[in-house]
Amino acid sequence: MTGKRLWSWLAVVLGGLYFLLPLAGMVDFSLRMQRDGYSFGAYRIVLTDAQFQQTFGYSVGLALLTIVLGILIVVPTAYFVRLRFPGLRPIVEFITLLPLVIPPIVIVFGYIRIYNTSSVLPLTGSWWGTNILVLFGYAVLSLPYMYRSVDTGLRTIDIASLTEAAQSLGAGWARILAVVILPNVFVSVLSGAFLTFAIVIGEYVFAALLNVNSFGPYMVWMGGNRAYEPSALAVVAFAITWACMGLIQLFTRFSKFSTVRR
Amino acid sequence: MAFLDIHHLEKSFGAMRVVKDFNLGIEKGEFVSFLGPSGCGKTTVLRMVAGFETPTSGAIRIDGQDVTATPANRRKIGMVFQAYALFPNLTVEQNIGFGLRVAGEGKAETGKRVAEMLELIGLPQLGSRYPFQLSGGQQQRVALARALAVRPQVLLLDEPLSALDAKIRISLREEIRRIQRDLGITTIFVTHDQEEALSMSDRVVVMHQGVADQVGTPFEIYNRPATRFVAQFVGTLNLLDADLMDAAAGHIRLGDVPVALNRTLPGRVGDRISLALRPETVALGRREHGNVVLAGHIAEVHFLGSVIRIRVTVAGQLVSLDTFNQPNRPPPAVGTPVEVSVSDRDLLVLAA
Repeated sequence: MTGKRLWSWLAVVLGGLYFLLPLAGMVDFSLRMQRDGYSFGAYRIVLTDAQFQQTFGYSVGLALLTIVLGILIVVPTAYFVRLRFPGLRPIVEFITLLPLVIPPIVIVFGYIRIYNTSSVLPLTGSWWGTNILVLFGYAVLSLPYMYRSVDTGLRTIDIASLTEAAQSLGAGWARILAVVILPNVFVSVLSGAFLTFAIVIGEYVFAALLNVNSFGPYMVWMGGNRAYEPSALAVVAFAITWACMGLIQLFTRFSKFSTVRR
Repeated sequence: MAFLDIHHLEKSFGAMRVVKDFNLGIEKGEFVSFLGPSGCGKTTVLRMVAGFETPTSGAIRIDGQDVTATPANRRKIGMVFQAYALFPNLTVEQNIGFGLRVAGEGKAETGKRVAEMLELIGLPQLGSRYPFQLSGGQQQRVALARALAVRPQVLLLDEPLSALDAKIRISLREEIRRIQRDLGITTIFVTHDQEEALSMSDRVVVMHQGVADQVGTPFEIYNRPATRFVAQFVGTLNLLDADLMDAAAGHIRLGDVPVALNRTLPGRVGDRISLALRPETVALGRREHGNVVLAGHIAEVHFLGSVIRIRVTVAGQLVSLDTFNQPNRPPPAVGTPVEVSVSDRDLLVLAA
């Protein structure tokens, strides 16, 4: 092995250790609930906890709705910006990046100020209203990931020609978007969707300040009141995120047609 | 009134006028090519007919109906694009059936029509393939079938052969023409390739700087170019400068050599005029029909296989002429004094 290669391997191993050691420590700790050896006790407690099931189910539902809302907002926007208003692209990109710059707490305080019970639109006063606010808030948080993914996907296909071909065959805008554009950026939409899923599952600020029982506040509560279970919960959260990433890869590899191959 | 009537069509992008007072009538079943260099406005006219661009002024009528303001998806126009524009997520069958499904045709009817179209383009076995599994020529055939499946009133072809290699291009252009004739569909074909335009079309529109310079049959366009641009753009051409000596009698001077064209010419004595001459109309040596004989010497010889292109210096100007290769007669050497002959009828006087 040459010296150069040795140093390369060393760098990779060091990087791997930096990433994996804390994880290994966490997994190890999550398995040590019983004093006499390893066990899945902490996982059993967490997974059978009614509150876990309720909050996790709620967050999954909210994540799926956020994804649908995100697709409905982002796909037509990115499509028309590319097709009709390419000059607006830097502005739209800037707007979609704002959620990365503005902390969620600022957004949620803005929401509470505008939609409180004494405002014209008192959304925080009802269960439905609060949930709609959370949903819209999460759609905003997912914008940078969703927009970038979809925009990258649109870049790989000739949307102008595909649109004109569909138009010449009699298709209207809704059909063009649903049958021609969306399926061709599906893999990109999916990668944005999984990132959105991962964000929504662990989100705390919106949920806590708008007082909804989602998975984020549950994890924080668990962290403050139990010893081993928070680690088990963190491992579960990691597993969910990795499963999402794995699914992105899977869909990209096994989709029947690929935009890359064209 | 023609089946497709383009009336005083204009298009400007900002301050730039890209199409200027374009007028054309196309009869039902006619195959018309728009020929011209990049940026001449041919694709813009096509896109206005398709409904993808809105004319600044003018009107487009199809079968007597004004479609100028009709959206593209309601014009009943089939379009084939240079980049194929097949839907990558749909199979060949689904691509061809797309327009029929949009029109609300039943499953059985759609299936039947798709099978018919696959048969027409000679690819009945490839219905379940995706576009990326096809060659360029096959993709363009599918694009043609997709455009024709909906029985459009007009078929528009936007440089459909440009992305293909030379051999496929020739076979596909013959196939397009055959299908067009079989179906009797009114067709506009946009191209910058003169060979394509001349070989496929009933009529050719030569466009230059947003204007239709000449509309005519391929024979007329090639043999009787109306403008200097058409003469230069279509085919190879010798351009010679001459002085007008007697307009009424048709006498000119080519360098020091007087030439009688035996017809009335425009202009006045002393005017500088341009003469156009196709290489195949010039003969080496004296010929029976070559009543204009010019002396010169061989300047260049290019052996092209079956044809030999020879350039002769005549009255200080170069004249290209083509002769067929004859195995028992080698081409003349550079510098050899020769005579070239041409018929006065083949010497065209060009408008500026």
